[in-house]
Amino acid sequence: MIRAVDLRKSFGGKDGDAVEAVSGISVDVGRGEAFGFLGPNGAGKSSTMRMIAAVSPVTSGELRILGMDPAVDGPAIRGRIGVCPQEDTLDTELNVLDNLYIYGRYFGLPRAEVRQRCEELLEFVQLTEKAKSKVEDLSGGMKRRLTIARSLINRPDLLLLDEPTTGLDPQARHVVWDRLFRLKQQGVTLVLTTHYMDEAEQLCDRLVVMDKGLIVAEGSPAELIRTHSTREVAELRFGIGENETVAPKIEDLAERIEVLPDRILLYTQNGEEAIAKVHERGLDPAMSLVRRSSLEDVFLRLTGRTLVD
Amino acid sequence: MATPVPLRTGPFDGAGRLVDYWATVYRRTWRGSVISSFLVPLLYIVAMGVLLGGFIKGDPAKLEGATSYLAFVAPGMLAAQSMTTVFGEVTYPVISMIKWQKVYFSMVATPLTVADIVLAQLGFVMFRVATVSAVFLAVMAPFGVFESWSGVVAAFFVQLLLGLAFATPIFAFTAFVMNENAFALIFRLGMIPLFLFSGAFFPITNLSAPMEWFARVTPLWHGVDLSRQLVLGRLDASSALVHVVYLAVLAAAGWWLTVRNLRRRLVET
Ligand SMILES: Nc1ncnc2c1ncn2[C@@H]1O[C@H](COP(=O)(O)OP(=O)(O)O)[C@@H](O)[C@H]1O
Ligand SMILES: [Mg+2]
Repeated sequence: MIRAVDLRKSFGGKDGDAVEAVSGISVDVGRGEAFGFLGPNGAGKSSTMRMIAAVSPVTSGELRILGMDPAVDGPAIRGRIGVCPQEDTLDTELNVLDNLYIYGRYFGLPRAEVRQRCEELLEFVQLTEKAKSKVEDLSGGMKRRLTIARSLINRPDLLLLDEPTTGLDPQARHVVWDRLFRLKQQGVTLVLTTHYMDEAEQLCDRLVVMDKGLIVAEGSPAELIRTHSTREVAELRFGIGENETVAPKIEDLAERIEVLPDRILLYTQNGEEAIAKVHERGLDPAMSLVRRSSLEDVFLRLTGRTLVD
Repeated sequence: MATPVPLRTGPFDGAGRLVDYWATVYRRTWRGSVISSFLVPLLYIVAMGVLLGGFIKGDPAKLEGATSYLAFVAPGMLAAQSMTTVFGEVTYPVISMIKWQKVYFSMVATPLTVADIVLAQLGFVMFRVATVSAVFLAVMAPFGVFESWSGVVAAFFVQLLLGLAFATPIFAFTAFVMNENAFALIFRLGMIPLFLFSGAFFPITNLSAPMEWFARVTPLWHGVDLSRQLVLGRLDASSALVHVVYLAVLAAAGWWLTVRNLRRRLVET
């Protein structure tokens, strides 16, 4: 469905001051797959998505969408994909149904056909009751669902979702996930970007972690945890300021140790065993717990804890 | 799952797909535009043409052949109204579609191209110019200020050309500056001086020589003079041809710039 080889995207002048948002990435997405781009803000996820959506020209490298070259067959590609952009592009002064209807018409679908699809899709995203409401008056979650419904109006082979649940409350996120999960079951190929680990774990069969325009890791969520983290993490809290002094005494107990202001993380295959050894050495943490490694640990390890933006 | 979407069938097919969008927008906005588009021009006619004009002696030699001031000012108002209608349509609505609502971004995500979008929007602007012009001409008809009915019909089409000659350059400007503060500038330094000094309300020969020369190169004057020649039945073929060519060249150049500027905003990033 998607094949990218050494794909790059720069913004700005042809002279030296250009910003390189995507610095040479290669990905392959197959039919029916749910594929994720995971990365912090500014990693280049949206820039990549916009190239895949055949709206933003590729700076260099090779890109094929549904076997076509976006530089040549842009309209044909866009006719067969669905796009849910990071920022809403709804006409907030029109009502829900009109937004959906006019969008269907952009694909050249006959009016009666579009009307019927609108009805089905409003049902699918649970907005039937809101059909006549102005978009302005919808909640963030409803707008996202409307955008998802809109992206499905041409019955796309490939659905692109750029941060589909950013800014939504937990209930709204779960409704969106539920809908996306159904689409996945129906065999729609999903490509999404996110910086939520739970979203990536729930929805993606395979994902890449992007940082500063590059792919830093690739695999299924389980594979990524296996490769880039340990099975378990022991979290220990000593008193304020004591964490730094304790750390050198226990760093040999784990494959990797991380000292945070409020706790120490021991990355290890067996957390209970590590904690027992800490006690053996006469150290007495105020609190300790063992948990399984998560995608979040992988993410933070690969992209760092420093804040971007 | 895959249902192929229809391929485009001709150069106007893409713009045709946007007709429903513009129809929806118009259904929502036409009531709000009634006062500014239909009523205000008529108030001008009553105030300036009938009441103020009552004090002005209708000397055809001084009024470019019009037998009354009302007959002189009516075609001028018609053309000026075409201009102001266009200014309203291709400034704030365009910037909203780029920057605030980002509706254009939803359009370019589909098989539509930037040229389709521009063409459809210009079509809508022409529709607006056509409706306000038709209403204006219909209301003016009973005043007996038109000398030539074929001229009136031709003047109607001149409004579309004039509208286009304003629409494309301003559309290009909006897409280029993307800054609503710049609109204050083109409204105050562009639209209002043109409105007052391009021969709509008085013959430009009344201006001082450099001002007259300046008025002659403004697009509104070309539209005003052509409209006036037509409705007064005093067509001068050679100057009319100059007017038409001037307006057509402006419209074409503006079209090229609009598509280029909007493409830079929407897809070449
Ligand atoms: N249109 C643009 N012009 C200039 N720079 C841009 C543009 N879009 C994105 N960038 C820059 O490219 C980098 C990657 O941005 P983006 O692709 O939006 O990342 P993400 O979606 O992962 O947050 C950022 O540094 C951003 O500032
Ligand atoms: Mg983004």
